[in-house]
Amino acid sequence: MSAYYFQTKGLTVGYDGKPLVRDIEIGLRKGEILTLIGPNGCGKTTILKSIAKYLKSIYGAVYIGGESIDELSNKELSRKAAVVLPQKPRAEMMTCHDVVATGRYPYTGMLGILSAKDRAQVQSAMEQVGAWELRGWEFNRVSDGQRQRVLLARALCQQSQIIVLDEPTSFLDIRYKLELLFLLRRMAKERGVAVILSLHELDMAQKASDFVMCVKGEYIARYGAPEEIFKKECIHELFDLKSGSYNPFFGSLELERSRGAPQVFVIAGGGTGIAQYRRLQKEGIPFATGILHENDVDYQVACDLASVIISERSFEKISENTFQKALECIKGCHTVVNCLNGYGEMNMENRRLWETAGSRPRVKGG
Amino acid sequence: MRITAKKSGYSRVFVIAAASLATLLLLVILNISLGSIPVPVEETIKVLLGMDADETYRSILWKIRLPRMTAGILLGGALALAGYLLQTFFNNPIAGPYVLGISSGAKLAVACLLMAALGRHGGVGSAALIFAAFVGALFSMGFVLLVSRRVRRASMLIVAGVMVGYICSAITDFVITFADDSSIVNLHNWSRGSFSGASWEDVRIMAAVVLIASLIIFFMAKPLGAYQMGEEYAQNMGLNIKLFRASLVVLSSVLAACVTAFAGPVSFVGIAAPHLVKAFLKTAKPMIVIPLCFLGGAIFCLACDLMARVVFAPTEVSISSVTAVFGAPVVIAIMLGRRAAP
Repeated sequence: MSAYYFQTKGLTVGYDGKPLVRDIEIGLRKGEILTLIGPNGCGKTTILKSIAKYLKSIYGAVYIGGESIDELSNKELSRKAAVVLPQKPRAEMMTCHDVVATGRYPYTGMLGILSAKDRAQVQSAMEQVGAWELRGWEFNRVSDGQRQRVLLARALCQQSQIIVLDEPTSFLDIRYKLELLFLLRRMAKERGVAVILSLHELDMAQKASDFVMCVKGEYIARYGAPEEIFKKECIHELFDLKSGSYNPFFGSLELERSRGAPQVFVIAGGGTGIAQYRRLQKEGIPFATGILHENDVDYQVACDLASVIISERSFEKISENTFQKALECIKGCHTVVNCLNGYGEMNMENRRLWETAGSRPRVKGG
Repeated sequence: MRITAKKSGYSRVFVIAAASLATLLLLVILNISLGSIPVPVEETIKVLLGMDADETYRSILWKIRLPRMTAGILLGGALALAGYLLQTFFNNPIAGPYVLGISSGAKLAVACLLMAALGRHGGVGSAALIFAAFVGALFSMGFVLLVSRRVRRASMLIVAGVMVGYICSAITDFVITFADDSSIVNLHNWSRGSFSGASWEDVRIMAAVVLIASLIIFFMAKPLGAYQMGEEYAQNMGLNIKLFRASLVVLSSVLAACVTAFAGPVSFVGIAAPHLVKAFLKTAKPMIVIPLCFLGGAIFCLACDLMARVVFAPTEVSISSVTAVFGAPVVIAIMLGRRAAP
């Protein structure tokens, strides 16, 4: 009836019969990545656990390839869904190869001896994540990033069509975060694997996922493509952001702006102002900035940090009206900072602003 | 580079297995020829091969030393495997039938059965003893399991086990105090742990129990390997966790019970043997570790029994004292090692 490989219908999850999140509807095709985001303790892990059948769901059902997981035996399920868990596995005295080879468990015979085919699968999975050279290393001694890659290889060689990862990027530094998500993307595409994961990093979630599910409260707050989810209001609402702000273009966060009448006027543009804005924010000094075009990168950050922005519409020359507004604003400030190193046809008025700023302390910043 | 490393990995296993077998053989010979009456090696060989030999030697060997030695091998292996299973089950390298109070629980049940049977004519059959020990072992295990549910800390588990052990031992002593004078001596010796007094009949029964249980454990190598990754990963590999955990409990209790029924409580073998075996092998692969654990436990027990009999001859020391002398330092080493590499 549907082309979805993975589907949940009216899924309600929770502990001890007490519902935590209700009516979860997920539909995912092979090769797609779904990311769960939301505040701590919202139920992301609970949902993932229910999908992987660690927890019994309270109502509703989870379907993989059209079959309900309740009707699958442990062994059948293990061939369909593999997991990467946030806790470190025990794996005492095991090499990375041993750990990856445990992914072959559902396929080996009674004594669990690896066949040539199993070995080939282990090798190809390890090569795909770039962990083949770690094969002889003791698992408990590799770095966090290497460990996640090895565990991903383990999940891969389980040959499941679905991989569930609970916060796989925690503890990883940015290099390994990027590597891991890149791997997931490539793997989803090359192997046609459906991936369901939870992430804390909004910027990563935005860039790596095909679908995003916002988990908050008793019902799923939102579900959709990243461009629908990663809007300023959605994210502010999802995390109850009271201080600071989220920028949907970059997926970046800014600290709370300083309140009050602007004391400093920053002349900026083209990215020259961002560092100065943040410096003033850290000092707790409210500031005004201008004259920025609305398509200027400084404008994005200024929206989150500046008390007053004197701006001009994109692609337009700065009008006399806007210039006068800026001049008016400068009169209220005790200092003017100029971050610009040069001027072009579009922002020539900023030079005039700088030259007519008057007797105030003038700082050449940037 | 890698290929040689792998090769050396396998040859390491081979060398250790061969060395273990040789040591066991040596200990077997020492165990049957040394004692209050030394039996010359050529006589030993004659007796073993069924050739014409001195009658005194023949009866010493057949009636006393050979059954005792065989019991040592079987029960030592059983202890090591029971320890290995418990360590896997609790994910705790110093878990074992003795420290978790399982041996003491079995001891208490057996003491009670013996006391109850004293008034009656004829003794108690070996099967009944094993069964009583099994029930006692399960009770202690049940208590330790309850504690482990409530407290997640590994050290608390051991503390709970040691306490159960003390309680059971105290009650056992209490029970023995009220025994007839004549029966006390035997019961007292047994309750401190000893391989002495094993008959061929006993050996047959313990062989049946221990070998069958060990074989089952060997065929559980695959799930044991999966379980080493942790419960959640094991489940994701398709392992039926409840059934598996239950079988670990039953098998380790059967083995510990069998040892206790025949030899009383024997300390530390269950911790020391698996640890030493893994340290030598440098792997935790159950397929390799299980048989060598059995061998290691047998070697450990034979060596300790030999010392128990010979060092202060003609006085015999309890086996548990000797195993503690050699086993307890291993436990300390494990704990220090864990501290060094968390």
